[in-house]
Amino acid sequence: MGYSWNWGIFLQPTATGDGTYLGWMFYGFKVTIALSLSAWFIALVLGAVVGILRTVPNKWLSGFATAYVEVFRNIPLLVQLFLWYFVMPELLPENLGNAFKQSNPIVQQFLSSMVCLALFTSARVAEQVRSGINSLPPGQKNAGLAMGFTLSQTYRYVLLPMAVRLIVPPLTSEFLNIFKNSAVCSTIGLLELAAQGRQLVDYTAQPYESFIAVTLAYLLINVVVMFGMRWVEEHVRVPGYIGGK
Amino acid sequence: MHDFDWSSIPNALPFLWDGMKISLEITLSAVVFGIVWGTLLALMRLSSVTPLSWFAAGYVNLFRAVPLVMVLLWFFLIVPHLLESIFGFPRGSDMRLSSAIAGFALFEAAYYSEIIRAGIQSVPKGQMAAASALGMTYGQAMRLVVLPQAFRNMVPLLLTQGIILFQDTSLVYVSALADFFGAAYKVGDRDGRLVELLLFAGAVYFVICFTASRIVRYYQNKLKTA
Repeated sequence: MGYSWNWGIFLQPTATGDGTYLGWMFYGFKVTIALSLSAWFIALVLGAVVGILRTVPNKWLSGFATAYVEVFRNIPLLVQLFLWYFVMPELLPENLGNAFKQSNPIVQQFLSSMVCLALFTSARVAEQVRSGINSLPPGQKNAGLAMGFTLSQTYRYVLLPMAVRLIVPPLTSEFLNIFKNSAVCSTIGLLELAAQGRQLVDYTAQPYESFIAVTLAYLLINVVVMFGMRWVEEHVRVPGYIGGK
Repeated sequence: MHDFDWSSIPNALPFLWDGMKISLEITLSAVVFGIVWGTLLALMRLSSVTPLSWFAAGYVNLFRAVPLVMVLLWFFLIVPHLLESIFGFPRGSDMRLSSAIAGFALFEAAYYSEIIRAGIQSVPKGQMAAASALGMTYGQAMRLVVLPQAFRNMVPLLLTQGIILFQDTSLVYVSALADFFGAAYKVGDRDGRLVELLLFAGAVYFVICFTASRIVRYYQNKLKTA
């Protein structure tokens, strides 16, 4: 089909003279990892809080948590990203918005992407936390309260230690998703893995090599995360439950 | 604070509606093709022919490990080139819509096949055994006994996946195809009213997806009590 393969392209110096094309790919790889891990950390914390609130016997708190989850689940990720990147700075108080707009563009892109991915994922984590808590027999909560624990003590000492261990397997797929979803952030110009792949096509005119390399890099992330989470799953399994020892 | 000015939206409505038609067209065709191809993949994966089940497992795992954005970029930047050089299509013919539909269908088929596989496995084994005992072939038993029951149970999950797909169609933005979101972005960019148009687009997606997911939930509850 008349295409000349050239895998050596990755070792050639870039057109802009800052290292090799492999260096670009590696930079993008690092951005993807840093973005996904930081967003995942925020998503876990926020998702745990919102998920717990959804199960709390208070109409206002659980209503707020339900609204939070519905909003972040029913708007496409790309739209959310554009809202954070283009709209949020305009709605902030003027001095804050200006400070954001005058900061380094890379910082702007990274912050918007991180907040967007974190909140998007937190709504999904919250659903898992809620179903984890709801899957416990109601007797556990009642027994905790009957022992004289306050509601927050019941959550802290009875419900959450069990729920956290039960939701590890479903969280694995959310963790995998956050790496894949981070590719959407290339649309606002953040130079993560997918964006570097695209940039390589423009600079080297070797589209197959760069796309295959990027795809393999995502597969690598996927495999590493899957094995890591399998290790965690084996260590937190609850004996006697489905999948437990 | 921002001074809102929503006046550019009413005039842009026909253009936005054209975009929405493209979004819906991609969603519907990808759902149909995705379910058909996904069913075949699920049957291959469950079949006792090892090469078939390996192929299906490899296909599903590959597509589930790669970001949708990457798949779409493959289909916008690379696959058209490939087709041009293999079949001698005229250079630069606009294949963005068909590329988008093909990309979404092949990608979503991987997710659909997992749903369908679980659905087939949830039908009690005795159904298959009874059908065989009545003298049906494997194909007949699948088509007439197992799949109809499996699909009935799967409808809510398939519809939910369809809503996710509808949200994901906004990613055709990477090919500058004017779907609903692309149209909203273009209008906002042209009139300098990006803030209003993006908020409007978000609200429209929310109303559609929220309503659709409520309907699915209502249907799901009906299915449970039936």
